[in-house]
Amino acid sequence: MTDMFTIRAVGDHGVLLELKSNATVHAVAAAARERFGDQLVEVVPGHSTLLLVCQAGSVMPDFSQLATVTLTGSKGSTHADAGSPDASVISIPVRYDGDDLTVVARAVGVDRERVIELHCAARYTVAFMGFAPGFPYLVGLPRELELPRLEVPRLAVPAGSVAVAAGYCGIYPRSSPGGWNLLGHTDVTLFDPACDPPALLAPGDHVRFEPL
Amino acid sequence: MTTIEVISPGPLTTIQDLGRAGWAHIGVPRSGAADRESLRLANRLVGNAEGAAALETTVAGPQLRFGGAARLALTGAQVNARVGDRVVPMNTAVEIHEGEILKVGGAKVGLRTYIAFMGGIDVPLVLGSAATDTLTGLGPPALRRGDILTLFGGQAGPSRGVAAPPAMSTQPLLHVILGPRDDWFTADAISRLTAEPFTVTPASNRVGLRLDGFPLDRADTDELPSEGLVPGAIQVPAGGQPILLLADHPTTGGYPVIAVVVESDLPIAAQLRPGQRLRFTL
Repeated sequence: MTDMFTIRAVGDHGVLLELKSNATVHAVAAAARERFGDQLVEVVPGHSTLLLVCQAGSVMPDFSQLATVTLTGSKGSTHADAGSPDASVISIPVRYDGDDLTVVARAVGVDRERVIELHCAARYTVAFMGFAPGFPYLVGLPRELELPRLEVPRLAVPAGSVAVAAGYCGIYPRSSPGGWNLLGHTDVTLFDPACDPPALLAPGDHVRFEPL
Repeated sequence: MTTIEVISPGPLTTIQDLGRAGWAHIGVPRSGAADRESLRLANRLVGNAEGAAALETTVAGPQLRFGGAARLALTGAQVNARVGDRVVPMNTAVEIHEGEILKVGGAKVGLRTYIAFMGGIDVPLVLGSAATDTLTGLGPPALRRGDILTLFGGQAGPSRGVAAPPAMSTQPLLHVILGPRDDWFTADAISRLTAEPFTVTPASNRVGLRLDGFPLDRADTDELPSEGLVPGAIQVPAGGQPILLLADHPTTGGYPVIAVVVESDLPIAAQLRPGQRLRFTL
């Protein structure tokens, strides 16, 4: 597959690979770590891109080799039916008591129970991370729950908040300002720098929410 | 084991090393010294490994009382510094005696001064680094009055690598490489990026330099899905006023990056003060 990605320069020691899908991003990220791990300082998935950063002053390897990566057998490759049991899915217990649950239900035109049902029925994938350490941008949100950000962001969203906006579901690892619609909260620790690994989730991981 | 008491911290003095690389994929910025070359030089001067934890000041420096003998070096932004009635020269290793007080004044040229101590500062590491990340709060808090810093004991190596750093220009030229999203901008924006000067605004910090200049208009007004960012990236929000990312930048973002400042010019960017003008060149 020679047309798998385009390569764009990012300064003098990085490249951005522009890929066809988020699943491809995780497959190429795994391959990049495997083949060029010792030459890479950072491997950063985006929604449909992969940023590869080398040591400053080093000669960059030929990343076009990664175009031969196939989706079979890689972490981000599984597009199994959302209903199938899968040991690699991380289950996150949620208490659906978010401040926006009623507003979301009204916006969607269903009752609160149906919002919870829709949110729990889906299987999500960590598309990429950012905003705060350990904050996952999850794709796989049911179409019905695709809502815009709040018009006025909150100054403080409680830690553990499970929220939706802009086509993603996210979980706030700690209290911070935020403009997403709050559905509920989890007591699971998303980020602790003293733990190994420090983040509960990593790009490419699969996630499911369980109602409490 | 020498301790140092913070008599006054200065406007913003943080502990910095070369940062926590390798965690951007889980949303942890690299952080570390904004002007990495000055940190490296300060550490070489006192005989440390280049990445030892040292102090980074902002605009003006701290006053520090030494509970034991120490060797230190000041690099980066040029300041008046004294120990008693002795002048502490820039870019030179200096011996300090027990009980002496170091007073570091305001920066005359540049913004951030680095103060490295022989042995380095002993603070708990977070994800392998002593750096204070002002975006996420990882690492030790900024220095406060009354804090006690502890230095690692033992004998460091000899002072080395003492080539004088280049003088800081008042209107520097930063070299950029176009992209990764230069195709999101009008041809006019691309030419203005290098033709027009930009001014550093007071909203600038360790996360980035917020610049003011001729607006850089987009050809493509779609929303860009979030992608990974690097220090030196010049991202352009919808208003057209660019932000040049520094050490504590977020790891991903959705503003298109028109160009990226080359690594060797990042120390220059990190020393620019609000009100200063700069130019970009290809």
